Amino acid sequence: MYGDTSIQKPIEIVEPTSKEMAKLEELFQQKIEDDIKIEPQEWMPEAYRKTLVRQMSQHAHSEVIGMQPEGNWITRAPSLRRKVILLAKVQDEGGHGLYIYSAAETLGTSRAEMIEQLQTGKAKYSSIFNYPALTWADMGTIGWLVDGAAITNQVALSRCSYGPYSRAMIRICKEESFHQRQGYELLLSLSRGTQEQKEMLQESVNRFWWPSLMMFGPNDSDSPHSAQSMKWKIKRKSNDQLRQEFVDATVPQADFLGITLPDPDLKWNEERGHYDYGDIDWEEFNNVVKGNGPCNKQRVANHVKAHEEGAWVREAAAAYAEKQQKKQVA
Amino acid sequence: MTETAKNTDLTKKQALVQYAAQIGDNGLIIGHRMSEWCFKAPSIEMEMALMNSALDLIGQARELYTYAGVAGGEGKTEDDFAYLRDEEDFRNLLLAEMPNGDWGDTIVRLFFMSAYNKLFYTALAKSTDKELAAIGEKSLKEVTYHLRFSSEWLIRLGDGTEESHNRVQKSIDNLWAFTGELFTMNEVENILLDDGISVDVTSLRPAWDKIVSDVLTQATLVKPQNDWAQLGGKSEGRHTEYMGYIIAEMQYMQRRYPGCEW
Repeated sequence: MYGDTSIQKPIEIVEPTSKEMAKLEELFQQKIEDDIKIEPQEWMPEAYRKTLVRQMSQHAHSEVIGMQPEGNWITRAPSLRRKVILLAKVQDEGGHGLYIYSAAETLGTSRAEMIEQLQTGKAKYSSIFNYPALTWADMGTIGWLVDGAAITNQVALSRCSYGPYSRAMIRICKEESFHQRQGYELLLSLSRGTQEQKEMLQESVNRFWWPSLMMFGPNDSDSPHSAQSMKWKIKRKSNDQLRQEFVDATVPQADFLGITLPDPDLKWNEERGHYDYGDIDWEEFNNVVKGNGPCNKQRVANHVKAHEEGAWVREAAAAYAEKQQKKQVA
Repeated sequence: MTETAKNTDLTKKQALVQYAAQIGDNGLIIGHRMSEWCFKAPSIEMEMALMNSALDLIGQARELYTYAGVAGGEGKTEDDFAYLRDEEDFRNLLLAEMPNGDWGDTIVRLFFMSAYNKLFYTALAKSTDKELAAIGEKSLKEVTYHLRFSSEWLIRLGDGTEESHNRVQKSIDNLWAFTGELFTMNEVENILLDDGISVDVTSLRPAWDKIVSDVLTQATLVKPQNDWAQLGGKSEGRHTEYMGYIIAEMQYMQRRYPGCEW
């Protein structure tokens, strides 16, 4: 998931060192229990702050890195209508990135620091973007499955205890659900098209289905440090809960497209009232997280390249602004 | 109606189709170039500004192609114009197809084009063809912003650091040869001029020169003295070597999967 940090090492929780501190923590936890949003200027445990910075920066990085696979198809979009929809969508993702960086900056970490962490590999982004966008159908599949999975998580996050993050999520969810519908509509066109278009659709879904399920992070049994995030109401639902919600919502949509999802174990379980699905290949997941996905190196290298090639431009803008300021003072 | 009169009518209709399409070509091709900046710009804010302008310019192309299709009366769509014409059928200004280069190259290209577009669309808004006039009026708002955005950046780069000054001066020197074409008339423009449909672009030069001189002065940059102009795109569809790659990339899906709905 964009903001699922279970792919990173857990942040250490420090016991309160004084009575005063213990009292502050108690008051803090009470606010959380009462569903009162935590705002930037308020006291918060250091680990809460760190957890949020990490989660929000990972989320922002995911939005920004996520522009790459989609950006890969803007110049090749098969109609002008699709081209402008894709352009606008990618632009929205950039906007989300900016919005979440700003929300994260309220916790005292600058965007420059966060970007450095991304470029040095200290910070992560959602592993889904380490898979390539190989065909036009991927533009629909990413909207439908990847944005669909993201929304499932983000709807839950919009009730997150940290005010700025929660508010960012409410706004972002609206745009994301629009993207998801656009993606699905793109796939509908393919499903009503020629044999080649139908095959393109099926092949794309075959590639993206399992990585989309992996976006929710490890099974609850393997995600021990999410408990603290749940207690702080940074996380509102567990990985497996969210994954199940996503599967349940998605299977009927796949049926409507007339495609099969690449999982022989996928079937409705009357007793549970949910779809059962097969085992996720966690070895693949861990490999991609570790840097061995098809596009890990390329994604970061592109980001670094743009950043370095733009250095002279940012320096020029800063120098100009400084000159203007001096002129105003004089 | 005599045969001769009928032919003249036809020619005017064809000229109108070609005229609307060639204005659209400028938008589509420079818009395509700007969309290539996706995930490559110096900051997200700058990238979004370029993407936004690309959306405007491609949006203009869509309206103009759609109108060209309607005016032609053969049921052609915007996509027929964008995806199913060959390189030599595109009559965009060569300036539009020049590669992105660095940020300075892109800004200078956008600045030269936007200064032209602002004057051009102001004049087109007065066209006797109501549809073109309406497109002109709507586009004017957009290109006015592009001009402001690119002017501000040009000034920032020119009056920023020594490196940015030198780089952007070089961009100006390199792209200058492609500005002369902006003020040349081609066949369809001449056909439509008497009826007040097309814009007399030769008349736009003095105002364009003034916009450019003012911004360059503010940017502490120098206007090149060599006024030799590289021509060919607009008059004959004879493009630069770069154009073929734009067309190949842009049209790939439509050419590979003909006749599909997307």
